[in-house]
Amino acid sequence: MNIRQHKPRRLLHVLAFSLGLVFSAAGHAEVGPPEKAQLKFGFIKLTDMAPLAIAYEKGFFEDEGLYVTLEAQANWKVLLDRVIDGELDGAHMLAGQPLGATIGIGTKAPIITAFSMDLNGNGITVSNDIWKQMKPHVPMKDGKPEHPIKADYLKPVVKQFEKEGKPFKMGMVFPVSTHNYYLRYWLAAGGLNPGYYNPKKGDTSGTLKADVLLSVTPPPQMPATLEAGTIYGYCVGEPWNQQAVFKGIGVPVITDYEIWKNNPEKVFGVSKAWAEKYPNTNIHVLKALIRAAKWLDDQNNKNRKEAAKILSRSQYVGADYKVIANSMTGTFEYEKGDKRSVPDFNVFFRYYATYPYYSDAVWFLTQMRRWGQIPDYKPDSWYMKIAKEVYRPDLYEIAAKELIKEGKMKASDFPDFAKETGFRSPTSDFIDGVTYDGKKPNAYLKKFKIGLKGKEKI
Amino acid sequence: MNTKVMRLPGISQMTLSIYKLKSVNWSEAPKVLFHKLGVPLISILLFLLLWDGVAAHIQTSLGKVPGPVQVWDQATALYQEHQDARKREAKFYERQEKRNAEVLAKNPNAKVEIYPYTGNPTFFDQIETSIITVMTGFLLASLIAIPIGIFCGLSSTIYTALNPIIQTFKPVSPLAWLPIITLIVSAVYVSNDPMFAKSFIVSALTVTLCCMWPTIINTTVGVSSIDKDLVNVSRVLRLNWFTNVYKIVLPSSIPMMFAGLRVSLGIGWMVLIAAEMLAQNPGLGKFVWDEFQNGSSNSLARIMVAVITIGLIGYLLDRLMLLLQRAVSWDKNAVIR
Repeated sequence: MNIRQHKPRRLLHVLAFSLGLVFSAAGHAEVGPPEKAQLKFGFIKLTDMAPLAIAYEKGFFEDEGLYVTLEAQANWKVLLDRVIDGELDGAHMLAGQPLGATIGIGTKAPIITAFSMDLNGNGITVSNDIWKQMKPHVPMKDGKPEHPIKADYLKPVVKQFEKEGKPFKMGMVFPVSTHNYYLRYWLAAGGLNPGYYNPKKGDTSGTLKADVLLSVTPPPQMPATLEAGTIYGYCVGEPWNQQAVFKGIGVPVITDYEIWKNNPEKVFGVSKAWAEKYPNTNIHVLKALIRAAKWLDDQNNKNRKEAAKILSRSQYVGADYKVIANSMTGTFEYEKGDKRSVPDFNVFFRYYATYPYYSDAVWFLTQMRRWGQIPDYKPDSWYMKIAKEVYRPDLYEIAAKELIKEGKMKASDFPDFAKETGFRSPTSDFIDGVTYDGKKPNAYLKKFKIGLKGKEKI
Repeated sequence: MNTKVMRLPGISQMTLSIYKLKSVNWSEAPKVLFHKLGVPLISILLFLLLWDGVAAHIQTSLGKVPGPVQVWDQATALYQEHQDARKREAKFYERQEKRNAEVLAKNPNAKVEIYPYTGNPTFFDQIETSIITVMTGFLLASLIAIPIGIFCGLSSTIYTALNPIIQTFKPVSPLAWLPIITLIVSAVYVSNDPMFAKSFIVSALTVTLCCMWPTIINTTVGVSSIDKDLVNVSRVLRLNWFTNVYKIVLPSSIPMMFAGLRVSLGIGWMVLIAAEMLAQNPGLGKFVWDEFQNGSSNSLARIMVAVITIGLIGYLLDRLMLLLQRAVSWDKNAVIR
């Protein structure tokens, strides 16, 4: 939207009002046809790329006049770099990537998101050997391990490794990935230090003062890396935890749903320059994705089996149908045979999952500060400013209202836009019961025993 | 069989020898037939049996290593997928035309376009991409390498000057070139409407860089070892530089040059698959890597289909070069294998 448009539109508003015409709350003009019809989106082979596959397969993109090619990327860094240099128009991204890129952790380039792709969907898996050592410490109930399994039970194993002088290594998928933060959260909640970053002194490996050394491995390679013995456990999205069970090489100990109930996961990210150059295209893409997310959760996950079939095609996730179907249809297999129902393991639409909440952005920023990726103290206002720069509920609102106007969605599918502040109400649904209020990031950080807070530096 | 006719090497030798039977002693026929046709068939059969026997005993985390039967099944499945993709493509265009017609019905002045199919490349599309890429890289390498080789062969000064550089770069693995080429291409090849995809250029250039060395070296050797008599003839006739190269140097160094080209193409094909795997550039290498990452129960069999395909194409490319080598070589009696 450029500035020149503002004046006549305000004039139009006044005119309309004086004529007594009823205008919709937003009052924006109809979204024109897309400026760019041929698009290429990137994704990583994970089940939560589903909204993209569904929008393609169900023709939602084509309904918007978009001709989209979906392309699997090698790893998160390649994906981000290709969005930045314009080879990809947009991509399935880790929630931390648009934030990290905007504030300059790793590559610096402004990336925005107006669509959250899902809630939950990750797990932490340890190798069979580590599970064998961990199991005696895990409390049992009816002959099965009692969930959630805390990192407290991993601690004796790590201490044993320390005594033997061996480093305890685990994998996550990217320095600013949700997996990194959930794994760190879980470990720290159990009294294990996952290590600090210190970008000021050039340390971007994040292993300073660490009890557990975390390193980066692309999601689809996690099982192979675990099998090779390079790492003893990992935190990754589906189907790579269930794959470990099927291959018989590891045991998932906890899902991120149990670490933080309904935690935000992937987002759909585009470069800021792209969104400004193609404003209408962006809205059309959002519309198609919102419809796809709704399809995925429609009528109590009725379509999930079909979705799992689509995802099992080799050009999308490509793992076996039964592996993908496990978590997609709301069950999760921990130890082989220990299948439990986790109906909200993958949430794509309900609980307003697709709405880009500022509070989600702030949470990720607090974790970046907690582990030193943001090396200095920042005031609360800074957290708000960055969240508003990167997360764009205003664009989401335009797309949602278009869908309501076209009769494809109901107003009740979305948050009440007139009242929505963009902050979820404070919650203590974490494994350690700490309350998070998105409006008070610094106060939140003070509540943790392990982690940077206030003006602390590494 | 007169020597003027281009002889098809390899497999065709079998048919050729059958053809020859007409004029050959008939009592020898079964023996020749067995030697040319039976022996390879038996060895292939033995190989398949061995494969089947060993495969069944190796258990990986993706299940048993697939035997020939599973691999054949996946080969047909890949073909089926290719057919299905073509059908989807046809439907895609139908839908587009319908949509465009609707737009035009509403607004006759609207600008409509037909956009290319957005589906993913199938196995067969990847084969095509790989072959085009390797050929582009190889042709480019030949265009650079042959002139350099000729200059090096003609002038020992140029040879001494370039030799250390050639010897240093020759053994460099494609995997080491790849990051450099990727970064340079991204920086230099900037255009809003590029004629070629960046990934194509990166792959082709990697092939070029890795496969020009054998051609340079062989051409150099070929040029510098021209028969003294021919060199003297050229001197006596006072041929100018260009005619000397065209009439004397090129014809006499062609056998060596082509031997180099053949090695180059072989290297180029191997390099390409590795480059595609590492850089995720479209082609057979990407297919293999994607399947490895998918980790489905069919992945191993599908990778094996790709491995066999890569091998067969490499073999065909080599035979093609051999054919060319034979066609251009003046000494038809030399044994070239």
